[in-house]
Amino acid sequence: MVDSFPHEETPSTDEFIKGLWRENPVFVQVLGMCPALAVSNTARNALAMGLATLFVLLMSNVVISSLRRFVPKEVRIATYILVIATFVTIVDYVLQAISLDLHKALGAFISLIVVNCLILGRAEAFASKNTAGKSAMDALGMGLGFTAALLSLGAVREILGSGALFGLPLFHDGFQPWVVMILPSGGFFALAGWLLLFNALQERRARLASPAAEPMR
Amino acid sequence: MNGIPAPAPAPRVWPMYRSLVGVGLLCGLLIVSVFELTRPVIQRNQAEALERAILQVLPEAVSSRTFRLVDQARFEALDGKPGGAPLAHAGYDADRRLVGLALEAQGMGYQDVIRLIYGYSFSEQAVIGIRVLESRETPGLGDRIETDPGFLENFERLDVSLADDLTRILHPVEAVKHGAKEHPWQVDGITGATISSVAIADILRRSTEEWIPRIHRSLDDFRVAE
Repeated sequence: MVDSFPHEETPSTDEFIKGLWRENPVFVQVLGMCPALAVSNTARNALAMGLATLFVLLMSNVVISSLRRFVPKEVRIATYILVIATFVTIVDYVLQAISLDLHKALGAFISLIVVNCLILGRAEAFASKNTAGKSAMDALGMGLGFTAALLSLGAVREILGSGALFGLPLFHDGFQPWVVMILPSGGFFALAGWLLLFNALQERRARLASPAAEPMR
Repeated sequence: MNGIPAPAPAPRVWPMYRSLVGVGLLCGLLIVSVFELTRPVIQRNQAEALERAILQVLPEAVSSRTFRLVDQARFEALDGKPGGAPLAHAGYDADRRLVGLALEAQGMGYQDVIRLIYGYSFSEQAVIGIRVLESRETPGLGDRIETDPGFLENFERLDVSLADDLTRILHPVEAVKHGAKEHPWQVDGITGATISSVAIADILRRSTEEWIPRIHRSLDDFRVAE
């Protein structure tokens, strides 16, 4: 993963927007696949996991960039993991306080946010080299991009697999749910569909931007 | 001394200690603070979830009271006192009559320990409902023990009647292959989730064999609310 960030100190909207589209964590960087596929069987679970990851990413990015001058490089990864694990534990407690059912539905995947490579990746590639403001913008963009991607997966899987969205039935009784979509394999099918669409759109944009150039393969 | 590279300067140790210990202390403080802040809410949520689960596995009950086993012989109402295990939750109908008991039980599943609560009806001498409280069974396969309607049908009336001397279950709960159920004390398994469904039957067999005879011997202890 290569970051081509400018070196000015003020946060720019580009830091925010790149995570939503150009460097979307799921559809472009294909990071954090474990939670993206495992808990996106309903839109509600996907949204909750996305927001939990967004919170951990935002807080850990801000803390790590604030501490970047005090942490020697030999112990930086250990320090990052400590900070990330702290915010994951906090999310775990807060989710239990908000809804035990939601906490149960997300199961072990909340604790596994600690090892989500998206979070450690942004800490190492961005927050450790940039100001807290820019790191916050980066985390917000990446976190919202991750949440939007999970929600896209979750919505498709729930609509096709259960005939509902956020638990609300969408079809008449005649609809036969595609049970495979809420099973683990359905996650791969939904991801493949979205990747196809995302790449087609990006290719079209690139072609429109430079009509003479060959389309990217 | 030509050809021998100069040793690399040793990393300074103090900044490393300062960084790890300092960040560790701050993180610890943050976790403890959030834990203390959320603990009462989490405990209230857990109590409400347990109450909902009790009333779900004992559909005729409208209220419940928790008892604990004292001296391996009698049951004592907790009434808000700290409990510990093992606990039995008595369910009462609108006329404050004892209708059944909800009992917690646990055992090893395919991935990890499965914890469940089941309802026992005195009038039917049967398990009349179960709800899985905690499980990490494989999503899409083992977790069908919580969602498969055909499997849950087993527990609408699972016979655990006692022998005449009230000391043992006449026909202990047993798991059978999917489609092979013949008797009301058998649990029809799930194809594709065999280990998880057999685990549920084992948990129920062990718990009912231990508790149901004991409860019948101490039935008057639960009638204090009537």
